[in-house]
Amino acid sequence: MSILIDESTTFIVQGITGREAVNLTRECLDYGSTIIGGVTPGRRGREVHGVPVFDSVAQLVEATGQVPDGSVVTVPPAFTRDAVFEAIEAGVRLVVIVTERIPRYDVAQMVELANLRGARIIGPNCLGLIRPGVGKMGGIGGPARDVVKAYQPGSVGVMSRSGGMTTEISSTLTAAGLGVSTAISIGGDPIIGSTYAELMPLFEADDQSEAIVIYSEPGGRMEAELAAWVIENRSRLPIVAFMAGRFMDEMPGMSFGHAGTIVEGKADTAAEKIARLEAAGIAVAQEIAEIPDLVRERLGGRAGAGGQVVA
Amino acid sequence: MRFFEYESRRILERERIPITQSGHAETPEEARKIAEDVGGPVVIKSQVLAGGRMKAGGVKFADTPEECEAHARDILALEINGQVPRGVLVAAKAQIAHEYYAGVIYDGVRKLPTFVFSDMGGIDIEEVAETHPDHIGRGHFSTVLPPMDFRAKDAIAQTGLTGRELTRLTPILSALARLFATYDMTLAEINPLVKLEDGSFVAVDAHMEMENEARPRQKALLTELGVGEDETREAREATPFEIEGERIDSVDHRGVAGNVTEFDGNLGLVIGAGGGSLTLFDAVRHHGGNPANYCEIGGNPSVSKAANLTKLVLQKPGVEKIAVMMSTVSNTRVDIVARGVIKACVELGFDPAEKIAVFRIPGAWEEEGFKILDRYGLEYADRSVSMHEAARIAVEKVSGGSDGAAPLRGEEPGAEKPPTERLSGADEVLEG
Repeated sequence: MSILIDESTTFIVQGITGREAVNLTRECLDYGSTIIGGVTPGRRGREVHGVPVFDSVAQLVEATGQVPDGSVVTVPPAFTRDAVFEAIEAGVRLVVIVTERIPRYDVAQMVELANLRGARIIGPNCLGLIRPGVGKMGGIGGPARDVVKAYQPGSVGVMSRSGGMTTEISSTLTAAGLGVSTAISIGGDPIIGSTYAELMPLFEADDQSEAIVIYSEPGGRMEAELAAWVIENRSRLPIVAFMAGRFMDEMPGMSFGHAGTIVEGKADTAAEKIARLEAAGIAVAQEIAEIPDLVRERLGGRAGAGGQVVA
Repeated sequence: MRFFEYESRRILERERIPITQSGHAETPEEARKIAEDVGGPVVIKSQVLAGGRMKAGGVKFADTPEECEAHARDILALEINGQVPRGVLVAAKAQIAHEYYAGVIYDGVRKLPTFVFSDMGGIDIEEVAETHPDHIGRGHFSTVLPPMDFRAKDAIAQTGLTGRELTRLTPILSALARLFATYDMTLAEINPLVKLEDGSFVAVDAHMEMENEARPRQKALLTELGVGEDETREAREATPFEIEGERIDSVDHRGVAGNVTEFDGNLGLVIGAGGGSLTLFDAVRHHGGNPANYCEIGGNPSVSKAANLTKLVLQKPGVEKIAVMMSTVSNTRVDIVARGVIKACVELGFDPAEKIAVFRIPGAWEEEGFKILDRYGLEYADRSVSMHEAARIAVEKVSGGSDGAAPLRGEEPGAEKPPTERLSGADEVLEG
């Protein structure tokens, strides 16, 4: 069992010749991921760290003789919608959108098409996902030598609206010997492809995952959706949440951090979200450093120490 | 980005949604002229980006152009929620038979835009949602399929409306959805949408918000409305300090070093990135610190960008020391940020080891970064020191750290800021 990626996962990078895309291609290859090609219109015939570049996804599929499992999209905001449509229509079923500042209507369109075609979107405005020791899609964790410091295989699934905090939390779990099963930077926009509640069934079905840690912020209804899901589905997985941006409750209408982080209504505040999460039995940590102990408490005797997966 | 009512009306006109005859006036004389053109009773409304205008005395009625001019003079001089009005709107007073509410917003959970309609207009929609949930109709509509009027019809029919009301309201609500999609709105509402005594329908007030991310591609509309590129239309206006932060971020495309918000504390913050900044700002306040600013730095900024932001914070009056802190970084380089903040201190004649209370950035290129910090004798922390612990160290090094965090205050020291009014309550109704 695994979540979203495993040893055999193949993917492509759209916008591969961009500065950040070149870096993340290098990082993913170094970490052991399989990138079968890249796309930048007009750059057919080039290579990026040995990865062949094509003008289109269709061209790539024809040349390589396979439809990639996934795509990491790093094209500028004005071109992202078309790139994502292109990937989905070519049959790609997992699209990680790194690009930020995409207008919300475009995001809604991409997500709607993905739903119609049975594809999944992670992001936008995210760093991707990683299964420690197996592979990563996106810049998550940075260069391979830094990734290993923060992400060791273990029993805790991580979902975070902040890319940076995905690594901070994972690093804390790794240092505490709990390790990480799969970490997903879900993105900081008001509309994202996959919310906590939508990813929970995958963790639920993953026998490597024994607990979940989420990072959340004011703004939106995603935490309420998660709380409702947990109650409705009697989840086997204990969840520990960290809520940042508590100060924002004093400043409604002001946007901080991510585009989706703004207090617009009373259900959006940190205080309200904490209450909802706690009512669903989710522990809310005051500080990142408390997270490992809270996870252990909730696991009781279930999780092994030393990052060992309990079979 | 929020539009003034007079702008929202012009957007409605573009979609051929009927509005009451009106004009925008910057002076009492102009207001009088519009009233003369209307030729009957008028309403004079303050143009501010805040609700509660009526209560604040920003809406008045007049039967004659002379009366209109006098009211306009008063309203133009009246600040509402600290905002000087951007002129007044003078509109024909409608002969109201019934008031409705028509709105379009996003449902972030379903990830689609949704209609919100009520046959109880003229009051806050969240109040209706609470007290009369059966008087609200809702319905999502597709962003990839062509527009379909029946979606709007279904939302209206949920409130029990039928007959001519239903058939005449449907194209108006449908046009509002089209407008929402065409102009990248995050909120488009008409409240009230009014049935006149002659049975026709007309918009009497409108509120629209456009997504900031879409401003570049909506340039044509914004230019036509005369909205300047520098107008942020945030809940409060940017201070010079914040505008300078914007400038520092925009002149260099590498990375992010900006999103500055000013407070009146003594601990300057150079923190990052999105989520890290939120966490660290909370942590500083949790330990009783008083931040001088909020900011975000990340995405691999250049040395000069990091240095310029640091200089801005260091030079802010009242700042004793700065704390340089981030969550474990992946693509931002520790050594580059280290060089940037040290450069800023040195160029301003400060000793970096004295001025920087703590440097806590673990992650990419940390070995190289820590070497530089060692050379200048800075106190730094690796990932074994938590973000909260780093914040505590910083707070202890500035004065007044132990008395507990003061309430957050904005850019005017001493002046208690009125609570910012919530921009819209329309999304409350999603809960219903």
